[in-house]
Amino acid sequence: MQNSSDSDGLNKFLIELGGLSRFTVQFFRELFRPPYEHKEFLKQAYQIGLSTLPLISITAFIMGLVLTLQSKPVMAEFGAESWLPGMVSVSIVREIGPVITALICAGKIGSGIGAELGSMRVTEQIDAMDVSGTNPMNYLVVTRVLATTFMIPILVFYADAVSFYGSYLAVNLQGFTSFPLFMSLAFDPLHFYDLIPATIKTFFFGFAIGIIGCYKGYYSEKGTEGVGRAANSAVVISSLVIFIMDLIAVQLADLLNIFMR
Amino acid sequence: MIDIEQHTSDDYVIEIANLKKTFNGKPVLKDISLKIKRSENVVVLGKSGIGKSVLIKCIVGLIQPDSGSLKVFGKDVLDMNSRDLNDLRTKVGFIFQGNALYDSMTVRENLEFPLRRNKIIKDTKLINELILDVLDNVGLLEAIDKMPSELSGGMKKRIGLARTLILKPEIILYDEPTTGLDPLTSREISNLIVKIQKKYNATSIIITHDLNCAKITSNRMLILHDGIFKAKGSFDELKNSDNKWVRSFFEMA
Ligand SMILES: Nc1ncnc2c1ncn2[C@@H]1O[C@H](COP(=O)(O)OP(=O)(O)OP(=O)(O)O)[C@@H](O)[C@H]1O
Ligand SMILES: [Mg+2]
Repeated sequence: MQNSSDSDGLNKFLIELGGLSRFTVQFFRELFRPPYEHKEFLKQAYQIGLSTLPLISITAFIMGLVLTLQSKPVMAEFGAESWLPGMVSVSIVREIGPVITALICAGKIGSGIGAELGSMRVTEQIDAMDVSGTNPMNYLVVTRVLATTFMIPILVFYADAVSFYGSYLAVNLQGFTSFPLFMSLAFDPLHFYDLIPATIKTFFFGFAIGIIGCYKGYYSEKGTEGVGRAANSAVVISSLVIFIMDLIAVQLADLLNIFMR
Repeated sequence: MIDIEQHTSDDYVIEIANLKKTFNGKPVLKDISLKIKRSENVVVLGKSGIGKSVLIKCIVGLIQPDSGSLKVFGKDVLDMNSRDLNDLRTKVGFIFQGNALYDSMTVRENLEFPLRRNKIIKDTKLINELILDVLDNVGLLEAIDKMPSELSGGMKKRIGLARTLILKPEIILYDEPTTGLDPLTSREISNLIVKIQKKYNATSIIITHDLNCAKITSNRMLILHDGIFKAKGSFDELKNSDNKWVRSFFEMA
């Protein structure tokens, strides 16, 4: 109980963890309680797509391109250039697509939600909602968390597709591979036990981004400084959580692979 | 039994007894007792940071007091479930110190938000009429399609008032309705508060530092200090009080 900074840090971490867990429980309680705010949900989902699409397009395209260009000489050395599309597609679908997309969304959407709810908290807009007979947990939090949970998997699919296209262009910088041939080479080594775990984890990534952004914003400290800190720590924590979740997902996917093969 | 309840709720709309609230070991409200009759305007004075906002936030359940009793319309606010609390909140209007307008919505959307959400009125035409009526009441018809960021401080205050009035609340809690406004606009808002009291038969608690506002609006005044009401009386009684400390509140202007 002495004020050593170590136990202070641990205390803070545990308090944070407890707060986030309580917030998550509250989210699930509100999730099934009417009113269902589909209008606000659609608006949020639309905005998530709109605000991240350019960044995700460019990043995914470059990832596919660069990954292919970098692996090309190595594959050529082994005379295995025809495996190039397959190798790239596996790493995109399993890892790079989900993780890069989730990190971009953590930066862009997580901070946006943290700042928006944070400033609503600080300017008492959340209290105003409360006293006007609208549950802000229902109206603000549930809609945003659902929007990220469903939009991020969609964005990951989109990013994968764009990456494939980047990879296709890279393969064709020298030599010629027709698009149908490229696609068949790319999809050949992909199995559903690559796709399923990769897709499932993106829902968790999306949920983490939404719930952490909302939590930090909802309990933002007073003042503009508090809003900044809410946005900032929303990004830091959700990025960290995405990596931890990915680590767990990889282990689980490996287990699945062992059993299925 | 029902008779008695009816009787008390008619007599006193708000009944607070021995209310206590402590933040992080620092007592803010120590022993607050207050009864307010229907269509009475009570003004609360007090230094900054003394707990005025905390007091009225307790009344709508935004802050949970540590102990004491708190009845509105004869019902205990402290053991209300969320549905009862919601019902109560549609009858109690709250004007926030910082307006708290939803800044992602236009003025119109701000005003229709509480109506549509509580499913009180669904008819779009009727909602529109109500919005126009309430905007006319606060004299800001031309602001209907503006965003809050485009409004001046005084306009925001009035839209905040309009957003509360649209639910036709029986109780209105004003947190510094005239702070930061020029004397002329302050007087307009003060007169508006009196007009609302008459027109809607509303009961109000008005927190203010503005003595002109207090003079215009108050039926009764209280001075909050050190967690209790240190002085009570009409505006003139307090202004001419024997107590120098009480009089000092009136010498600022
Ligand atoms: N949610 C809260 N958590 C912790 N402390 C709080 C909280 N709300 C208010 N306080 C503290 O309670 C005290 C009273 O605050 P309050 O906002 O009621 O003051 P006030 O009388 O309204 O002042 P002002 O005239 O400046 O608005 C302050 O010391 C404030 O720090
Ligand atoms: Mg205050």
